[in-house]
Amino acid sequence: MTANAKPKFAMYWAASCGGCEIAVLNIHEKILDVDANFEVVFWPVAMDAKYKDVEAMEDGSILLTLFNGGIRNDENEHVARLLRRKSQLLVAFGSCACEGCIPGLANLSPAGEIVHTAFNTVSTDNPHSIYPRTHYDVPEGEITIPKIFPTLRTLDQVVDVDYYMPGCPPESHQIGAVIDLVVQVLQGKAELPPKGSTIGAGNSTVCDECTRKRNVKTITAFKRIYDVEIDPELCLLEQGVPCNGPATRSGCNARCVSAGAQCIGCYGPAEGVVDYGARLIAAFASVIDSNDPEEIEAILDGIPDPTGQFYRFNLAGSLLKAGKPAWEKA
Amino acid sequence: MTTDIFEPTIIGFTCNWCSYRAADLAGTARLKYPPNIRLIRLMCSGRLDPTFVFKALASGADGVMITGCHPGECHYLEQNYKALRRFHLIRRTLKGFGIEPERVKLVWASAAEGAKFASETASFIEEIRSLGPLHWGKTGGYPPYGGEPPEFEPAPESPEEVPA
Amino acid sequence: MTQRITIDPITRLEGHGKIEIFLDNKGDVANTYFQIPELRGFERFCVGRPVEEMPLLTNRICGVCPEAHHMAAAKAADAVYHVDPPRTAKMLRELLYSAFYVTDHATHFYALAGPDFVMGPDAPVAERNILGVIHKVGLEIGGKVINARKAGHTVIEMIGGRKVHPCTSIPGGLTKGITPEQRDEILKLGQWAVEFGQFSLKLFNDIVLGNKAYVDLILGDIYTHRTYYMGMVDENNKINFYDGKVRVVGPDGVELVKYAPADYTQHIAEHVEPWTYLKFPYLKAVGWKGFTDGKDSGVYCATPLSRLNAADGMATPLAQEEYEKFYKTLGGKPVHQRLATHWARLIELLYAAERWVELASDPEITSDNFHTRPTEVPTEGVGIVEAPRGTLTHHYTTDERGVLTKVNLIVGTTNNYAPISMSIEKAARSLIKKGTVVTEPMLNMVEMAFRSYDPCFGCATHSLPGQMPLQVTIRNADGEPIEVLKQFC
Repeated sequence: MTANAKPKFAMYWAASCGGCEIAVLNIHEKILDVDANFEVVFWPVAMDAKYKDVEAMEDGSILLTLFNGGIRNDENEHVARLLRRKSQLLVAFGSCACEGCIPGLANLSPAGEIVHTAFNTVSTDNPHSIYPRTHYDVPEGEITIPKIFPTLRTLDQVVDVDYYMPGCPPESHQIGAVIDLVVQVLQGKAELPPKGSTIGAGNSTVCDECTRKRNVKTITAFKRIYDVEIDPELCLLEQGVPCNGPATRSGCNARCVSAGAQCIGCYGPAEGVVDYGARLIAAFASVIDSNDPEEIEAILDGIPDPTGQFYRFNLAGSLLKAGKPAWEKA
Repeated sequence: MTTDIFEPTIIGFTCNWCSYRAADLAGTARLKYPPNIRLIRLMCSGRLDPTFVFKALASGADGVMITGCHPGECHYLEQNYKALRRFHLIRRTLKGFGIEPERVKLVWASAAEGAKFASETASFIEEIRSLGPLHWGKTGGYPPYGGEPPEFEPAPESPEEVPA
Repeated sequence: MTQRITIDPITRLEGHGKIEIFLDNKGDVANTYFQIPELRGFERFCVGRPVEEMPLLTNRICGVCPEAHHMAAAKAADAVYHVDPPRTAKMLRELLYSAFYVTDHATHFYALAGPDFVMGPDAPVAERNILGVIHKVGLEIGGKVINARKAGHTVIEMIGGRKVHPCTSIPGGLTKGITPEQRDEILKLGQWAVEFGQFSLKLFNDIVLGNKAYVDLILGDIYTHRTYYMGMVDENNKINFYDGKVRVVGPDGVELVKYAPADYTQHIAEHVEPWTYLKFPYLKAVGWKGFTDGKDSGVYCATPLSRLNAADGMATPLAQEEYEKFYKTLGGKPVHQRLATHWARLIELLYAAERWVELASDPEITSDNFHTRPTEVPTEGVGIVEAPRGTLTHHYTTDERGVLTKVNLIVGTTNNYAPISMSIEKAARSLIKKGTVVTEPMLNMVEMAFRSYDPCFGCATHSLPGQMPLQVTIRNADGEPIEVLKQFC
């Protein structure tokens, strides 16, 4: 790198929805700071991306890569490995890359079942049981599509990750703050946080950012959100609505909770939490007002899908990582 | 022949004030139960972070036994009830993972109940034996991709200094 | 010996869709295959989840149009619970949705499609992008586009709680309403959006319609297909994005069917091929006859152009004027020329902006009657909205607790999978002939064939935003690449 060249920046998506890219676009004029301080070498959504040029680059020649999306197939994995080699700093950007996000719920089922379901829905006309094949001979030659892996993996289950930036998607003001920080680091005015840190988020829980009132009351029933006349001032969990705030990392300004909806956990585990679902189980167990096994069971019937409730965004990144059927039929 | 019998690995969490002493009593009384269980002593069943259970299963345990003081007899007043509620939630959650909820068991055992501890342990081991092994922890922490855990891509060596 | 041209996503490894063009001995196009390389499995893993979570879970199908999934899911969940949300809730949802349409259509026109027209299809790649557009037509346009995006997202956040992946729709309505102060701001932004819509149409008029070469390109045969057209209409057969019945008209413009959302399985089926992860929807009444157009082929199209063709008009005055002008200029209904979709999209943008103002002006919009508590046992329900990229169908079946037992999704772009494939093939056949040297502008012309559909395979396959950077590899008979060209939207 010549002395006056700008450091290189890349952004890439794997198995994700594109919401992370939209969130970056939503920082509006801050994009210009990225442009002013970096040479953007690879960002398919925003520019003419020269993949072959990335391959040709020296290892470690990209300073900063933001990687969003989980690793669902062999293409995703290939690019993750490539960008790891080329990047000094690789950031798992957004819930998918950090912890698997909603697509990680697919880890409860064998991959074959996922394909089977999609090709046998009520509107699918598939009398001959045709399923996609990675290699297929059409009359003119062989054509190929990527191979789906048995489970979806998080970025750090495939490659070494330097920083984590949670959120589905990360809030634009947090993205802006991280860009400010990086620019300051480049100007020698700030230092990088220790490797492995979570950036662009708070260190406590959504509850700490939530303005609703908590009376530390216990409950005798869990309720579905559509079945409650929500008190706009009061803690949702204390109103019986299964809110994931207690285990979820702060950083979003308790956005959903402020809009009258429960926290669904998109910012992932709070600082120091090893297993998101386990923390939430502990939190929910504390608010249940019963010591009787039968009564407890009846109260828990109010949470119709505990596994989805506790691991909605975090399944691929949890200690168990996948359901038993996915492991057995891998 | 004996190699064909599945020997499950069980992690047992015990309370310092009751079940740990029950296990101790079982030992001094020479009560026999199979050696498949590894005990971890906590100060109270209420100290049982659900993380411990998932960590045990993810690390290769085939079953987890949680033990504590009988209801109403907790050294810390009510913490064993907390364990009870967590236990119910853990079982329901495991079911969603496709894991038999029976792989996690809750046993109340006072310091005097050495015999109960031994027999509950023995019967739990047989239950788990009949359920068969769990696969976690046997493939390097990942589902078996063609039998080999995927190679991990480390960061490039000695990255350049960030330009000042 | 066949030759092969592979139009791959840039990097070949992004999973953005891949086009294989096979040439025959003479160097003419033998066949083309448009492949979708990914499947995330929402239809499987949503089973077992409570139905009220679907507006939140299915948001994550696509971060480009989460609002569409949020609305379709909310409507399907209403139907599952047999609950009719209060008028205010429906208006707020539609208001959010209208603001989203303005944002989304503006992004597509200015960033993706605009460069082809403003800069010209054969302009250098480096200029054929949004920056090129801004340089040519003036910096203040860039500002307007950013403002349109900002305005839309402001409204989405006010009603939906968040800018991306809204969170407020629940069975029976919404978790919150809006205040009179918020209404005032929304109204002001809406009035600006109407001006922006008019401005955009004027720009299109000046730059595209004022240029005979472009008009010839639009009206030419390369980009023409005579298919069925689908779109949602209100009780007066005017376009509606949020609610109504789905109307299908034939290549002759005659109504084939108008169905209620719940009846969609009687009319739509999906064909499968073993070389792609995506299915090909078609009209059951006509049947799947392969990748071919005409009255006897069940292939249909669901795009802004389709919606205009399927409707009798627009429900707002300014958009209606433009609608009339559209058909007058292009020679009557229906219009089959795919490039006219860009014009249709701008007319829809204007309609969405007008509708935004209309809804924000309703005195009941600030009412706090925004939720009806469901009381009936949940069973089964279908929710349909018009996503910008096509009719979006969510179909759920639950147990008596409202836990999903079956999920079926036919998403926007999927509707257009067959017509996009056909358009690619037709453009390739028209442009790549024996002896021609395949040039980058020529491939851009192929790409324009599908860009008009604004394909978003984030929705279809659940991984990709509405952009489709491509790499084209031309291979000799031995499969060796002899030339590599890159192409980006």
